[in-house]
Amino acid sequence: MIVRQVLSRLLQALPTLVGVAVLVFVLVRVVPGDPIAMMIAPGASPDDIARLRGLYGLDRSIPEQFAIWAGRALAGDFGTSISLRQSVMSLVLARLPSTLELAVFATVIAIALGTALAVFGVRHRGRLGEAATDAATGFALSVPDFIWALLLMLVFGVLAPLLPISGRLDPSVDPGFVTRFYLVEALLRGRVAVAGDLVAHLLLPALALALPLAAMIGRVLKSSLAEEMLQDYVMLARVKGFSRWRIILGEALRNAAIPAVSLTGVQFTFLVGGTVLIEKIFSFPGIGNLAIDAVINRDLPLIQGLILVFALMFIVINLGLDLVYAALNPRLRHG
Amino acid sequence: MQLTRRGLVVGGLALTAAGSFGGLGSAAAQGRPLTIAFNVNLPSWDPTVGPSAVNPTIQALYQSVFDQYIGQKPDLSFTGGLIEKWGWNDDKTKIFLDVRKGVTWHDGSPFTPEDVVWSLERAGKVETGNPIQFVWAKIGNFAIDGQRVTADVKEFEPALFKWMAFLTGYVLPKAYYTKVGAEGFEQKPIGTGPYMVDQFERNAFLRLKANPNYWGGKPAIDTVIFKFVTDASARVAEIESGAADVTLEIPYEEYDRLKAKKGLKGVATPVSDIGMIFITDVDPMLDKRVRLAAATSIDKKALVDRLLRGYGVPLDTLQTPEYEAYDASIKVPYDPAKAEAMLKEAGFSKDKPVKFKIQTTRGFKPKDYEMVQAIVGMWRRIGIEADIEVYEIAKHYELRAAHKLAPAAFYNWGNAIGDPSTSTGHAMFGPSPHCAWKGQDTVERIAPLWDEKDEAKRIAGYKAVDRYIAENGLVIPLLQYVQPIVFRDTLTVTPYVSGSLQPQAIKTA
Repeated sequence: MIVRQVLSRLLQALPTLVGVAVLVFVLVRVVPGDPIAMMIAPGASPDDIARLRGLYGLDRSIPEQFAIWAGRALAGDFGTSISLRQSVMSLVLARLPSTLELAVFATVIAIALGTALAVFGVRHRGRLGEAATDAATGFALSVPDFIWALLLMLVFGVLAPLLPISGRLDPSVDPGFVTRFYLVEALLRGRVAVAGDLVAHLLLPALALALPLAAMIGRVLKSSLAEEMLQDYVMLARVKGFSRWRIILGEALRNAAIPAVSLTGVQFTFLVGGTVLIEKIFSFPGIGNLAIDAVINRDLPLIQGLILVFALMFIVINLGLDLVYAALNPRLRHG
Repeated sequence: MQLTRRGLVVGGLALTAAGSFGGLGSAAAQGRPLTIAFNVNLPSWDPTVGPSAVNPTIQALYQSVFDQYIGQKPDLSFTGGLIEKWGWNDDKTKIFLDVRKGVTWHDGSPFTPEDVVWSLERAGKVETGNPIQFVWAKIGNFAIDGQRVTADVKEFEPALFKWMAFLTGYVLPKAYYTKVGAEGFEQKPIGTGPYMVDQFERNAFLRLKANPNYWGGKPAIDTVIFKFVTDASARVAEIESGAADVTLEIPYEEYDRLKAKKGLKGVATPVSDIGMIFITDVDPMLDKRVRLAAATSIDKKALVDRLLRGYGVPLDTLQTPEYEAYDASIKVPYDPAKAEAMLKEAGFSKDKPVKFKIQTTRGFKPKDYEMVQAIVGMWRRIGIEADIEVYEIAKHYELRAAHKLAPAAFYNWGNAIGDPSTSTGHAMFGPSPHCAWKGQDTVERIAPLWDEKDEAKRIAGYKAVDRYIAENGLVIPLLQYVQPIVFRDTLTVTPYVSGSLQPQAIKTA
């Protein structure tokens, strides 16, 4: 059943991907900024420029360029980056794991913080604790992630330099890993020091991404948790003498989680988009940073490849979310 | 083993602590490598192909690993590189290059004249995608006799040898490159330069090891790490937190603050990069009086003093004092009263201002937008009403190549070899895609200088062109930029006028 559902969703995603591909292909060619103009040296004549244009296949019409690109893309070749001179696919695959690790790490932090805030708020309902929780979530929400990034950098990078503020791994470390999922591989191989260094590098960018999301999760979860606390089964648990913590954590939290999971799923896609700026600020070598460079250099093949990857990620994330909802709420499995 | 919540929390904290305070390259550790928080990424390892080949800032990285045909000293003067002696024959129809002996590539194989010939031939081929191919294609029919390489001059290029110390003028290893191919070279590049690539994490860092066999002597510092930190505030944080030992291209306010801090020093050097306003030959700039009014109503010293905290050198031509064709006698004095009078003569006044658009980048160069804002304010006082349009640098290149820039457009122009052909020549010669003023007047004056074989006459010719341009207001040179470098006080840094921050020029004090 689930397999059929997954296959059906993936098939439905194909027209979306084709639409994105066409749209992006045309858009990046009509927006201002010519990649060849970016690399014209002093003294280049119109003939020299035409030669360069021909070398990168930009002398053909847009439909012709698209046909060539689409033909190659179907065979798994997304072209060669103009600025990096490497295959777009290999570049994206090399960078994607670091962005995924960052996004997942940030989401884990956000869920942990958001849940803690919500539980704390409900546990101290009507008291100072709840007011403090509301104020904290309000503050975290009102500050955008890039401001959090700069604040965290200032506090933990400069005033109290406890954490690294750039990169993914200390340059003196040679990880020698097989995959690009450094953190996962470090943990699996039991290389604690390297894993620690990776976590230290992840912490500030992940926190910057996580804080606004944590606040959202905290608010939604607190609200649904408060509603659950009024349900009959909670009253029954109280009558049975369960502690308040046990009722919240053991009984109500699971039922209250669905709106927060739904929100987390939707926000995760935005969070992945948010890595673009955060990766830039923290010089984190992910696809966000790559995307900025690609746009600055008008690296058309790389921009196309990256946007397609983003689109594919959003589709896969949404599919995954549907499966999680179904697992949490059996009624959805047959919906 | 049972995994508990408490265990996870404690483990996580321990993991983080291990990474942040542990021994992995702790910034406070003794004998650590030299870390440079660098302002640009390194997109590609081939210094002769693609957009990175023409990016002046990236040359510092290339110059660490590769050698150029001809070297350049900190003051822009030329010195032997992999070519020890070079020159023309009497009628400048042939060149000779004497190749340095006893040099080895980073893989231990010997560097030979064949490498020089292969590199020059490759650079001259269209299909390799060398953006300066049109220069390298001007020589051919190479011959090797011992250590001497000779070639025929197909088309005379006065700045040919200067280009050998400039963009794409690098010697690559023929045998190694042929064996591993372009992709293999990107994975593991080798050169003959002072440093060898030890590890490269794209968009994150580059770790270099000193080349013990470097022909110029082993560099003073064994390990150098370039951290690619493209955000200026992050670079400030890197040096301030001690995570980096050297950084550059930070806001001047931060430069002043940081160099005053204990443990840090700074050096600010005028570099071969100028701020200017292109004038496009469209209405109302076709009126000489309007152009000159615009040029003479800008108080360049005030721009430098107030916006750049004094870090800049006001200029009146496209030559900086370090360039060969610099002529201090060419002046465009600040004279708002005269500017107002010229405008009045042209039929404009504060009540009836002349209107046009000025384009600028914002944040691409230090205080670019703010400078244009100040200039617009100065213009307003004499009767020029300019609308500011902010655009990206990519858009500027596209518009400039298509001759569609606004009547005025702010830009910066680099010229690390200091030759007038690569400043006034290409910026003001109508047929060039870099030129905004397409008038025949400058074309006729510059055209004969392209193949002028008498060097003194050529330089004098460019000075005359610069004077003509200044007298007619065909471009508005503003200032020479100053490059701020901040570093630990345990180091000495030799700045290069070319703007290239070379690790081999950094030593422990």
